[in-house]
Amino acid sequence: MEKLIEIEGLTKRFGAFTAVDGVSFSVSRGEVLGFLGPNGAGKSTTMKMLAGFVAPTAGTARLGGRDVQRETVAARRLLGYLPEGAPLYPEMTVTGFLRFIAEVRGFRGAEARERIARVMELTNLHGVRELPIETLSKGFKRRVGLAQALLHDPPILVLDEPTDGLDPNQKHEVRTLIQRMAPEKAIIISTHILEEVEAVCTRAIIIARGRVIADAPPAELAKRHPSGSLEETFRALTTAPLAEAA
Amino acid sequence: MGPVLAVMRREFAGYFATPVAWVFIVIFLVLQGTLTFSLGGFFERDQADLIPFFQFLPWVLVLLVPAITMRLWAEERRLGTIELLLTLPLSQGQAVGGKFLAAWAFTLVAILLTFPFVITVNVLGSPDNGAIAAGYLGSLLVAGAFLAMGAACSALTKSQVIAFVIGVALCFVFAASAFPVVTDFLSHNLPLLATIARKLSLIDRFQNFVRGVIRLPDVVYLASQIVFWLTVNTLLLEHKKAD
Repeated sequence: MEKLIEIEGLTKRFGAFTAVDGVSFSVSRGEVLGFLGPNGAGKSTTMKMLAGFVAPTAGTARLGGRDVQRETVAARRLLGYLPEGAPLYPEMTVTGFLRFIAEVRGFRGAEARERIARVMELTNLHGVRELPIETLSKGFKRRVGLAQALLHDPPILVLDEPTDGLDPNQKHEVRTLIQRMAPEKAIIISTHILEEVEAVCTRAIIIARGRVIADAPPAELAKRHPSGSLEETFRALTTAPLAEAA
Repeated sequence: MGPVLAVMRREFAGYFATPVAWVFIVIFLVLQGTLTFSLGGFFERDQADLIPFFQFLPWVLVLLVPAITMRLWAEERRLGTIELLLTLPLSQGQAVGGKFLAAWAFTLVAILLTFPFVITVNVLGSPDNGAIAAGYLGSLLVAGAFLAMGAACSALTKSQVIAFVIGVALCFVFAASAFPVVTDFLSHNLPLLATIARKLSLIDRFQNFVRGVIRLPDVVYLASQIVFWLTVNTLLLEHKKAD
């Protein structure tokens, strides 16, 4: 299997606080990795380091074999990234924003228009294409963020809470979209919704206090608790005292 | 160059997405006009030149340029879009350059809109239009230096107000460093610093342009001010982008 995402010993310290502590894993093409953990466990920081936004204190992250810190631009071309909270430029229209992303990514003219039309189709944005982003609902904003990450049809997707703020129908659409793209991409999604992990992820990593404490397919993780539910396993693992967790 | 132009276009359009651009341009022109005609004695001097106009321009820029640059990075930080922008496939230098060029282009529009002064002085007499052109070139370079300083200040904080205040202070230091008040004080106490302060002054360099003299050292000095502050801007982003 082609490993598209490789993380080795990734560590981030903020002063005395260690947000991410020696995290290592890799994700191959065709895998959808669910990134789970309580708030403040280090999920977003790990994703920010993967996207090259936060510089790690130690360790390396590679996208498609390219070091995120040293071959930054080359690594980022392979990545579609939805940052935490899906930040967007509020005064731009949806089309104007996607045109900007297309331009930065080097798409011009007809190709840019085709790509924008395609991602609008995928994320159901056609109805709001000429509206300023600030007037959109939370669900639409999240989808604009997704559209931006998919525009260049990247082999690697890192999506920080892609379904946050969506209604149940929209959540279902996004999950279907992720499942459809899964075979040819390596995808990491972070989420608090455990049923989502069972629905779309081929593998789940649970992270707590900056460390990976479990890494297995969701069904297998669920079996670790007598009740057989992923939620119980999650709770048991992440509320355990530090000594046990480590 | 593609990503730089993309960032520049987005940022430039951003100025006109809100009334801010128009408010800025109107205030700039009113301020510049008032100062030139009343304090500068444009008519009373009875001379066909734009010396009174150029005399006040750098000071108006000290006050207004940081208002153009304050949102460049502070707003990206506040909205969190800095994470989006700086994870796109472009280098930090390209992002800094694109934003600077947008702010410079906007300032160019504002400065060019002072063309009625040129027409007026040409109708009333026969001025040295070469000197006027040199004055405009100098204005653009001084504005560029102030813009680069303001942009660097904007990278420091997520508050536009703080970016503005620090920006005005920084621009003022470089504008006023050759003032007699400053240099007299320094030459009494620290003679070496007085010489440095005089050399650093943007206004002294600018005066040469206004007299119609384009000297290579002045152009190089102002260009290196721009490059220096854009580098500071890039380094600040590098070290503080995720804070």
